[in-house]
Amino acid sequence: MQEKGYSRREFMQFCAVAATAAGLGRTGVAQVASAFEKKEKPAVVWMHFQECTCCSESFIRASHPIVIDALLDVLSLNYTETLMAAAGYQAEKSLNDTIRCHKGKYIVLVEGSVPTGDEGVYCMVGGKTAESILQTVAKDAAAIVAWGSCASNGCIQGAKPNPTGATPIHKLVDKPVINVPGCPPIADVMMGVVTHLLVLGQIPALDSQGRPKEFYGRRVHDTCYRRPNYDAGLFVESFDDENARKGYCLYKMGCRGPITYNACSVTRWNGGVSYPIQSGHGCIGCSEAGFWDNGPFYQHLPSFPGFGIESTADTVGTVVGAATLVGVAAHAVVTSIRKRSVIAEVHAEDQKES
Amino acid sequence: MTRVIVDPITRIEGHLRVEAIVENGVITDAFSSGTMVRGLENILAGRDPRDAWAFVGRVCGVCTTVHSLASVRSVEDALRVAVPPTAELIRNIMLTTQYVQDHVIHFYHLHALDWVDIVNALKADPKKAAELAQSFSRWDKNTSAYFAGVQDKIKAFAASGLGIFANGYWGHPAYKLPPEVNLIAVAHYLDALEWQKEVVKIHAVFGGKNPHPNYLVGGVPCSIDVNELGAINSDRLNLVARLIGEADEFINQVYIPDLLAVASFYKDWAKWGGGLTNYLSYGEFPTKGYNHPESFKYARGVVLNRDLSHVHPVDARDPQEIREYIGSSWYDYKGGDAAGLHPWAGETKINYSGPKPPFETLEGHAKYSFVKTPRWKENPMEVGPLARLLVSYASGHTDVQELVKDTLGKLNVPVNALFSTLGRTAARGLDAALAMIWLKEFFGQLMERVKINEVSTFNGERWEPKTWPANAEGVGLVEAPRGSLAHYIKIHDGAIENYQLVVPTTWNGSPRDAKGQRSSFEQALIGTPVAKIDEPVEILRTIHSFDPCLACAVHLYDPQGRHLHQVSFE
Repeated sequence: MQEKGYSRREFMQFCAVAATAAGLGRTGVAQVASAFEKKEKPAVVWMHFQECTCCSESFIRASHPIVIDALLDVLSLNYTETLMAAAGYQAEKSLNDTIRCHKGKYIVLVEGSVPTGDEGVYCMVGGKTAESILQTVAKDAAAIVAWGSCASNGCIQGAKPNPTGATPIHKLVDKPVINVPGCPPIADVMMGVVTHLLVLGQIPALDSQGRPKEFYGRRVHDTCYRRPNYDAGLFVESFDDENARKGYCLYKMGCRGPITYNACSVTRWNGGVSYPIQSGHGCIGCSEAGFWDNGPFYQHLPSFPGFGIESTADTVGTVVGAATLVGVAAHAVVTSIRKRSVIAEVHAEDQKES
Repeated sequence: MTRVIVDPITRIEGHLRVEAIVENGVITDAFSSGTMVRGLENILAGRDPRDAWAFVGRVCGVCTTVHSLASVRSVEDALRVAVPPTAELIRNIMLTTQYVQDHVIHFYHLHALDWVDIVNALKADPKKAAELAQSFSRWDKNTSAYFAGVQDKIKAFAASGLGIFANGYWGHPAYKLPPEVNLIAVAHYLDALEWQKEVVKIHAVFGGKNPHPNYLVGGVPCSIDVNELGAINSDRLNLVARLIGEADEFINQVYIPDLLAVASFYKDWAKWGGGLTNYLSYGEFPTKGYNHPESFKYARGVVLNRDLSHVHPVDARDPQEIREYIGSSWYDYKGGDAAGLHPWAGETKINYSGPKPPFETLEGHAKYSFVKTPRWKENPMEVGPLARLLVSYASGHTDVQELVKDTLGKLNVPVNALFSTLGRTAARGLDAALAMIWLKEFFGQLMERVKINEVSTFNGERWEPKTWPANAEGVGLVEAPRGSLAHYIKIHDGAIENYQLVVPTTWNGSPRDAKGQRSSFEQALIGTPVAKIDEPVEILRTIHSFDPCLACAVHLYDPQGRHLHQVSFE
């Protein structure tokens, strides 16, 4: 970092922010500083619980950087059941070595929800429950990222009646979690979050649901290239009708763009090739908590006056789908209080030093 | 006798545990256990059948698209909806694209490290590697400068701790490739990772995104209009054409040559891993509609006892043919553990009766998996690329026969070499080569239809629920990259009454049935040698040859609960 032109003071400030957001408190700052001062790539473990591996598949679709460059140059991915060479005992060794040798410094990326029903037997790895594994890896983590809607909000297995008690990560660990929802999240969004954390060395600014504002601060509807059709009252009335071929608005086909915060219509998918609306299907709202129970997908939303483009999830999210958001928001408040107290602590110590 | 436990089995989708009994260096029995469940079938009840494709698409993000396709087919079957030919072509393009991408990922990123020693590649002479690669491929990247560059990357990577390659079985005596072949394979591992993100852009064009592109009951969601900016137009078709061209080059100049090069050093693996002798394929790639399986590129049928002179017909609707059992699975049936249920009458009541976690072994538990056990007329069946090729071969599909014979000739092995771990892995390559040929063909046909403006992509006659009967049932069959996939739906008053999935790994990875008959994974492991029980790479070779898709895990414990490599018992 210092080689890249940061002053010592700037560097320590950055570490304070990183450690604060990571819930380490002041003592953690020294750990984070040493992690970034060394040439060593940050150690990362990628956990797999109740998921379909679409997040891993999406991650390897990244176009900038391409995933192999990230794996070789940006981070040391020491554990991921999808790609790692080791299996069984040797795989577990890779995980345990990382926890032991990088205590307080490693990053945990979680794909999948954790089932808490029936004492956790609905997801077991190596004879241990997902919940017990999560607690083990989370304990000494510098930061935790919840990849995708499963880890962020329970996604499909959390849909009614949630037979296995699928639970998002932030409800199970006692430290802040960066939620990167979507089914899956866009590859370049995932890579952006990695860059934010590991290259820029910052916890991204988060909204009340713990989502990076950089990618989840705007509604799909507000940034959609078909938005002028909505404003002009030009709608697709049936799939593949004349209006569909003209690329009119998909609102009447059930598009969830007006209530969905995601980067799809700006970043787009697969290296910018398209996104669902561009290819003729409405948004199903896959980055919003409870979206599976917000259907049927082809039934259009109730009359929608249209919020201003400046609205964010923090202000509008409480109006739309309020019931599903209450629990999440309550957690976020607790999280943010905890964060604020740590930040105050760091500032106090900073002033003592200077 | 030693019980070798591998959990997590990595480089698969999902959570799989294998417990194998090894006697005198050879596996004599095995138990395959799926250790994760989400209960999706229960979540689907009461939903709008038109939404089901989105829900069940999330069964798997590795074999993305295939469950969505099976779902829309099941609903269309139930509601008697005919899909427009242009939409059928786009679906075929989506599925062949998935074959091509998925098999390359499997070969390089999920399976190759069982055969390729990355660390040994550092010893290779890049010049010799280039000469060798150029002798079997005209891919223009295969130069000595390129291989030297890859070697430098791996050296730097090894110095920084190896990351995802740490703690592999490097140096294990079962690795047989010369350093130059290892280097070629490692270089193409990196290239394949870069290429796979390109080919799936075909899914993004027609389905808006990948993983999990969009599908639609009655057709496909995209529209084609070469005079509009907002539809699939000539620019979009040009992009698809370019991606298909690049895929053709990668399959035929990288994947297939590498597969043959690696296979030629592992011919002893044509002796092991054969497993079951029965093969099932639902057939795939309709050319005259889903209800005309005789027109499919891959044939529908069953081969029993490896008898390629006879193909048995398959009727997925017949309650006597496909049935699922739970005698060894953590479920309850109203009719008891001995009952076998046709999926339309299927039940999904989870009842875990295994050991309380953390546990060391599943030994002694009659039920040991979250996977149900499907049978065809009471027979266990292997599904997947090998099964598809054998059923089509036996059905007289000449394109399949010629490709199989040609490949066996190149490897100089007899036809029974197919019934093995090596044969299964080779069959997957041929499956990709055929899919590549058909992908080009389907795209050519799509262009012909665009020329004459036959571009309708949606049949909305049965879109509105008021047009549906009060009760309907349908089945959606797909040959997914990993094998035969069936979705069964029952619709009542416009909502899903019952939804059951019988997926490829349910066939291959299930526990034994009430008669004690093993399924594919368990049977294929029997007879496999294990040189070092603390590094059971041979188990991974055979299990990975099926390309499992569940939720995974490999751990070895001693009775005190400390982690060891094995449990010994009398």
